[in-house]
Amino acid sequence: MTQLKKWSVRPVKAFALISVASLVLAGCAAAEEEEETATPTATEAEAPAAVGGNLVVGLTVDPDTIFPWKATQFQAFRMLENVYDTLTAFDADLNVVPALAESWEVSADGTSITFNLRDNVKFADGSDFDSADVKYSYESIQVEANAAVARSTLGGVVSIETPDADTVVLNLATADVGLLANLTGTNLAIVSSDDTEEELSTATNGTGPFMLESRTAGQNVVLARNPNYWGDPTPLDTVEFRVLPDEAAIAAAMSAGNVQLALFSDPITARTVSGDVTVSTTPQLGYHALMLNSRNGVMTDKNIRLAIQCSIDRQSVLDTALLGEGEVTGPITSPAFRSDPNARPCPERDLAKAAEYLAASGNADGIEIDVMVPQGLYAGEVEIGQAVAAQLADANITMNLDVQESGAYIDRWIAGDFVAAIALNGGRPDPDGMYGRYFPSTGNLNQVAGYSSATMDKLFADGKVESDPAKRKEIYAAVSAELEDNAVWVWLFSGYSYTATSDTMTGFTPMTTGSWQYLRTTGLK
Amino acid sequence: MRRILQSGALRKTVGAFATLGGVAVFVFFMLRALPGDQISASLGTEAAGLTEGQRIALVEYYGIDQSLPVQFFSWIGNLFQGNLGFSIRAQQPVLDLTIAALPVTFQLAVFAIILALGIGVPIGMLSASRAGKARDVLGQALSLLGLSIPAFLLATTLLTYFAVNFGFNPNGLGYKTFFEDPSVNLQQMLLPSLVLGFGISAPIIRTARAAVLEIRGQDFIRTARAKGVSTRTLQFRHILRNALIPIVTITGLQFGYLLGGAVVIEQIFSLPGVGRQVLLGIQQKEFALVQSTVLVIAGIFVIINLLTDLLYRAIDPRVRAE
Repeated sequence: MTQLKKWSVRPVKAFALISVASLVLAGCAAAEEEEETATPTATEAEAPAAVGGNLVVGLTVDPDTIFPWKATQFQAFRMLENVYDTLTAFDADLNVVPALAESWEVSADGTSITFNLRDNVKFADGSDFDSADVKYSYESIQVEANAAVARSTLGGVVSIETPDADTVVLNLATADVGLLANLTGTNLAIVSSDDTEEELSTATNGTGPFMLESRTAGQNVVLARNPNYWGDPTPLDTVEFRVLPDEAAIAAAMSAGNVQLALFSDPITARTVSGDVTVSTTPQLGYHALMLNSRNGVMTDKNIRLAIQCSIDRQSVLDTALLGEGEVTGPITSPAFRSDPNARPCPERDLAKAAEYLAASGNADGIEIDVMVPQGLYAGEVEIGQAVAAQLADANITMNLDVQESGAYIDRWIAGDFVAAIALNGGRPDPDGMYGRYFPSTGNLNQVAGYSSATMDKLFADGKVESDPAKRKEIYAAVSAELEDNAVWVWLFSGYSYTATSDTMTGFTPMTTGSWQYLRTTGLK
Repeated sequence: MRRILQSGALRKTVGAFATLGGVAVFVFFMLRALPGDQISASLGTEAAGLTEGQRIALVEYYGIDQSLPVQFFSWIGNLFQGNLGFSIRAQQPVLDLTIAALPVTFQLAVFAIILALGIGVPIGMLSASRAGKARDVLGQALSLLGLSIPAFLLATTLLTYFAVNFGFNPNGLGYKTFFEDPSVNLQQMLLPSLVLGFGISAPIIRTARAAVLEIRGQDFIRTARAKGVSTRTLQFRHILRNALIPIVTITGLQFGYLLGGAVVIEQIFSLPGVGRQVLLGIQQKEFALVQSTVLVIAGIFVIINLLTDLLYRAIDPRVRAE
């Protein structure tokens, strides 16, 4: 009996003790949190950014690599663009501006670009930056066995000369007007010629405003101010990329004042953030599309593709699937070359015209198509598929949703193994960077695009070498028209990103590219 | 030989190793049956732009260029040398990652089980003491709530409610171990263990109630009562003690489940436990990470089952006699 009593009473006591202790601690914490997140007074709110401070950024997953040439993940880019520099960069309006290259001259025929490098630039380890580092970086990216993601960007670079420590010359096979914009990518980051991939996979050594302080897998990555940075020192001492795997957890952490910056993909979650936080909506360059594979099944028939295009009310799909959070778009979303969504065969839904196209294809009674839809890749994917299917049904087009787990979807997408697919593809500030991989017959993603033509090849070849901005605009307007008139894909809309920033932050500008490069000018009041 | 094979301990040990072997084979081949590989998981749709040479280089880099049998036996061989593999993503040995993650899950599971037992056993006994009456209905309703409220819903609601209304969100501070900061650590464990404990208390309430009702109707209880044994002694010494076996069984099972299955709660409350480690490994197709962690979890599950068996012997003299 005694033994039994002891057994039964001890856990109860322990449980009670833990519960009471936890509640007391919770109470204390709540009080502490209240103090920390108390509404700032008017004076505090207007106070300028002080030098110093630790910014906490909420991420749902930690960066999967710290090696810039192999990074493809959003989170890795956001961190690495603040650690490494490139020769050129974008400003907030997406103009190409100097970065490690202070200036550049393009030869008259466009086949040679001479970069004058910035003086007194050092890597985080204190070693000097010079032209040898640029040559080493670009030549390493070109080596196939290094499997660098941006190798194709440098595909047209036939040789790299370094006449002196401050000058680099890129010699190109043909002119490439978009190259200066494409060199802004973090995948083309300049690393020290003394470093190897192996070394840079465990520690960073860039010329950017921050450097890696610590990395705990699955928990956080902490960047500290780089004392050797060539530009104005960043106001922040550190930036912690903290992993809170669920967007709801990030929203809760922002409401409680534990996190100062986060990006939300789900507008509903973004709206749950409360407290002294501002949520800004930024239109994105990426776009949602119904990709049609013109080399596969019924999609080889242009009339069927046009029938599908005319059957869809894009705004209605946007309203249904993404609560209207986005803008209907044409193929090109690059700001200076944006396609006019009204310049397409059916700018508004036109079921009569769709019926005509179906009849012309010999399928007046309707057709049935399988559409691959991803699950787990991005917000609203299945809903978009369902909304499109409902609209096509009105035009006698039966759309079977072939919902695929993200891994299976990517495998089939890569192989171009689909008749049609719902997709969210990335956009770029330059249209050649955006579609130069997809639609020219030699593009490395042409099998995914499922379409090429002699006209398209010529247009992209012309766009690549044309340096007159007005003529270049005309060329890409023709690309856009070619894509829409042939209903190569059905471009639907671009979404928004939702950047939540604490009101204690200053100097941060979210960008349409999704970049967080302005962390370097961010301070805390 | 027959005697040795008939020995319970040996049978259980052989069974445990066979189970682990089965798990190893199953998890290894299941992972390879999943669509995609580490290249497409890492590069996403960008993998479409790889040249053949780049793909070959990456296949080598991720160590997936060997045949399946070679990969399997190399993994098993390494396991026996204490090498669980290497995570390319984290740039750390899987053993180190698992050693860091296990205590988080273990602590969460222990707290959740303590809470579940604290809620489940008394309520189950109270329900059984007046079967069909108000307290029983209440107990049953509570158990139904525990079973029917999805853990992710309760977790998200509690997380958001406390953060928005009280600014209480210790899990947003970044995980702290008990030794780094005991106060923050206990706060971080409070809500997740409450959510898990509430969910697990439901089957414990039901099991305790059913077991107590069954024992109460047995002859030896009637005899004890006729002999004038006090109600308190009857409840605790005779009824509860005899009802413990099913309760211990369900608790052991739930504890084992928690070690591998608390992934949703770890995800929502940002706890870097083994469940999250496995989930991330699956998403990234880090085969070495997933298969080794799953095997460790299976090993612990087997040990818990063995310990549960031992506990039966301590609780019930009839098991000892067998």
